Amino acid sequence: MIIAEQKPLDEIKGLIADAENVLVVGCGTCVTVCFAGGEKEAGILATSLRMTSKLDDAPKEVTHTTVQRQCEWEYIDPLADEISAADVVVSIGCGIGVQAIAERFPDAIVVPGLNTTFLGMPTEQGVWEERCAACGECILGLTCGICPIARCAKQLLNGPCGGSQDGICEIDPDTLCAWQLIYDRLKAQDRLHLLTEIQPAKNWSSSRDGGPRRITREDLRLEAEAAE
Amino acid sequence: MTEAQSNGYKSGSRLERILRDGHFAVTGELGPPQSSNGDVIREKAKILLGYCDAANITDNQTAIVRMSSVGAGTIVVQEGLEPIIQMTCRDRNRLAMQSDLMGAYALGMRNVLCLTGDHQSFGNHPTAKNVHDLDSLQLLQMMVGMRDEKLFQCGDEIKGIEPRFFLGAAANPFGDPFEYRPYRLAKKVEAGADFIQTQLIYNVPRFEEYMEKVHDLGLHEKTYILAGVGPLKSPGMAKYMRDQVPGLDVPDEIVDRMTTATKGIDKEDKKARREAWRSEGIQITIELIQKLRDIEGVCGVHVMAIEWEEAVKPIVEGAGLMPRPEVTALPAASTETGE
Repeated sequence: MIIAEQKPLDEIKGLIADAENVLVVGCGTCVTVCFAGGEKEAGILATSLRMTSKLDDAPKEVTHTTVQRQCEWEYIDPLADEISAADVVVSIGCGIGVQAIAERFPDAIVVPGLNTTFLGMPTEQGVWEERCAACGECILGLTCGICPIARCAKQLLNGPCGGSQDGICEIDPDTLCAWQLIYDRLKAQDRLHLLTEIQPAKNWSSSRDGGPRRITREDLRLEAEAAE
Repeated sequence: MTEAQSNGYKSGSRLERILRDGHFAVTGELGPPQSSNGDVIREKAKILLGYCDAANITDNQTAIVRMSSVGAGTIVVQEGLEPIIQMTCRDRNRLAMQSDLMGAYALGMRNVLCLTGDHQSFGNHPTAKNVHDLDSLQLLQMMVGMRDEKLFQCGDEIKGIEPRFFLGAAANPFGDPFEYRPYRLAKKVEAGADFIQTQLIYNVPRFEEYMEKVHDLGLHEKTYILAGVGPLKSPGMAKYMRDQVPGLDVPDEIVDRMTTATKGIDKEDKKARREAWRSEGIQITIELIQKLRDIEGVCGVHVMAIEWEEAVKPIVEGAGLMPRPEVTALPAASTETGE
């Protein structure tokens, strides 16, 4: 899922400095699960902004609402009235949610309340780790289910660099060396021969390097939309 | 085809000819300055000239911005010293690496060391975006393709003079997973590494263990392996390298030798202590070279005396590696160049 964390309150205050009416919009999907931008966090943020604006002698009207998914029109369309009444909308969805609201409501001033950080998962209560870089050409079949694009600091495709020591990546004592993990797993599965094959230069055109990406599934499109 | 075009040599560099003639090679290292001062390069080149067969020109080493390796290499060529251009995958994509190396070839450089590159978080621009479009193996493959197939990485033909480099790669015998390291070397050899320079070696028995596996895989017969050595300057440096640098193995015995080097010297006599440490550092390096030279498959040494180029002379002399050999003259090029 998409992992995000809330921006520092001072930064959010700066983003809404000129507004009197502020609407905080939470999202009920990924950012709820990672405790960054769900209904509960929307309420806490709205309260914090209200209180801090009072302390600053510039009280603001801060309301909040949460939709099931900020990244689909059908869930955000019902917010039209609330959004038009607000001077600024603070989206605490991921970056997709912020942009969806901006795209759907051309007059709205929308600012992000979160930093969208990575595609990952919780590895223990309170700890999330990156797992996928959405490179568009999955190689997990070659690396026994451990992604060196997302998890090696240098995105190496042909084994560990010289900075792998005791299973740890040289850049950070809390980061495991992805290639040590791959090696250990392939060894345990008696498939080390996979590591002797040279992986050629990767085609990055399916990644972000190829520009903004788009998938079109003609079999799923509705006729009217397809004709547009 | 390519053999005919290249006089039978891959690049015909001095380093290639020394190794092919069976001499025990010596390479040095020259770090460009953190400025545009070409005189720094000239001075360092003068110190190294005659004491090593070629010198690595580092490429933003430890991710600290310095004069480019190709720019500095140009000056080194002018000084009569042969450069080994280091090229990291951290700062350039495949377009930039091909164009920079075509330029390097046109400017007279003939050796390239293909590296992944230290992570930018260690350097002075930790907020930079890294590239890693290719890894070091893929860089090797690309440069082999340009040299031997006359093809750009995309598959287009190079219509004209192709960059013909003697291609090197690095190997770290002490990184983890230790058992995998020889196989990673095998991949680099398969990708086309003509020569290998290793990480600094202080633990000879462990390196011998690594080399046994290298022998089993027959890699020493397919590439020239240059063992990396470097003089320690102080006990503090020895301890730091033992305890803090991932992928380095400095035995306690070496640290102890550096520590006891100042025995009997007044603690206040800082100059004498410094000299004693440096002298011991050079002596340890000489002994390491003598041991490494006896290991089958070690074809030379790579002496890394970063910011201490003056140490190369006493090390090479002390190890009995002077004078450096004359190289075989290049035969005349074949006329079948197709140009």
